[in-house]
Amino acid sequence: MIKVRNLHKSFGKLEVLCGIDTEISKGEVVVIIGASGSGKSTFLRCLNLLEIPQKGQIIMDGVNICEPGVNLNHIRQNVGMVFQHFNLFPHKTALQNISLAPLKVKNIPPQEARNLALSQLEKVGLLEKANAYPRHLSGGQQQRVAIARALAMQPKVMLFDEPTSALDPEMIKEVLNVMKQMARDGMTMVVVSHEMGFAREAADRVIYLEGGIIAEEGPPEQVFFHPQAARTKEFLSQIL
Amino acid sequence: MTLDYSVIVKNWPFLMLGLQETLRISSLAVTMGFCIGSLVALARLSRFNLLKIISSAYIEFIRGTPLLVQLFILYYGLPQLGIDLDRRAAAAIGLSINSGAYVAEIVRAGIQSIDRGQMEAARSLGMSGTMAMIHVIMPQALRRVIPPLVNELIMLIKDSSLLSVIALTELMRAGEHIRTRTYQDFEIFTTIALIYFVITYALSKILGYLERRLQVSD
Repeated sequence: MIKVRNLHKSFGKLEVLCGIDTEISKGEVVVIIGASGSGKSTFLRCLNLLEIPQKGQIIMDGVNICEPGVNLNHIRQNVGMVFQHFNLFPHKTALQNISLAPLKVKNIPPQEARNLALSQLEKVGLLEKANAYPRHLSGGQQQRVAIARALAMQPKVMLFDEPTSALDPEMIKEVLNVMKQMARDGMTMVVVSHEMGFAREAADRVIYLEGGIIAEEGPPEQVFFHPQAARTKEFLSQIL
Repeated sequence: MTLDYSVIVKNWPFLMLGLQETLRISSLAVTMGFCIGSLVALARLSRFNLLKIISSAYIEFIRGTPLLVQLFILYYGLPQLGIDLDRRAAAAIGLSINSGAYVAEIVRAGIQSIDRGQMEAARSLGMSGTMAMIHVIMPQALRRVIPPLVNELIMLIKDSSLLSVIALTELMRAGEHIRTRTYQDFEIFTTIALIYFVITYALSKILGYLERRLQVSD
């Protein structure tokens, strides 16, 4: 579904991605781990072109989205993203946060958009918070609304950029549970996260990034417990 | 020397006519200034260099020259080029253009104060930059800059007294008319000061209340 070929991205002189090659198939859940500065967030942000790579290809459903002249807005409708700091719109209620893009981008009629938003809220277990503003929600609840907001666009793939690292420990589980349910429902997911429990339970593959390249990848059990590369071992010994 | 405020009572209807003109021109200029300012702020933040240059030049020039001089150019200078504005048009245009420059800087600061993640979230949902600006960034930015905008509104009402120099009979000039007949400068101008104060104070209270109401919902 997504093919990444020789992806390069640098900021000024700093080369962050130095040639990433991988494939993500439909329904696959991929967890990306790596030290800070290893390029994992940048890689994720390239997948919906929040960062524009300088070299290489990202082929999504047969279309190279790095070609100049592609419609960015159209591509992003199919790629949902969940951010570390939620980035909910503070001036809109939970319901309005979710219905805004379907209303304005897809021109869905208001009543339909409302129903869509309500059903997404129900999925993440926050139906009773429909009319609450973000600042009245806990971090975990905000992140679940953010997931519902992304899902309301019915994306083909969902990107998660450290979705639980800004959360208090007691709220991490509620967000991970929603993500695990999505994985069971067959959503294609790319998740930057160090949540081992989630990776072991839900991931099909773990990618270890270092220095802007894929240093190791494989099933979670293999990468976490029988890493082949010495630097993977070293990194894991630091986070485990 | 005794003060005799009966001059105010006698000329009250005339002063009120002046006040009406002040409020009419000010509200027009506030509205226009707000529209100009918002557009210029967006132009200044756009990725098109020409728009950036034009909007910066406008802001710098207007802020760097006195309103009084700007009004003289509009009302006394332009007729030489064959552009004859009547005094009310010159007044409204002059105040709007002047206020627009200050509003532009306020709005720009407001937009830039919004976390980058807001734009990214909007774009990640497939919204265009314009759409994100309209539905996500601007509503938050404007709410945040209400206090400096209220300040600008008050400045504008006070600055409208300068319009007396282009013979527009607003509050200040109404006072000058009465003064040339009565020579009771103290009574007249203390009263006029009080009227300006009542208007601006009331506005700042009302808008402060509205601001708190808005804040409740976000």
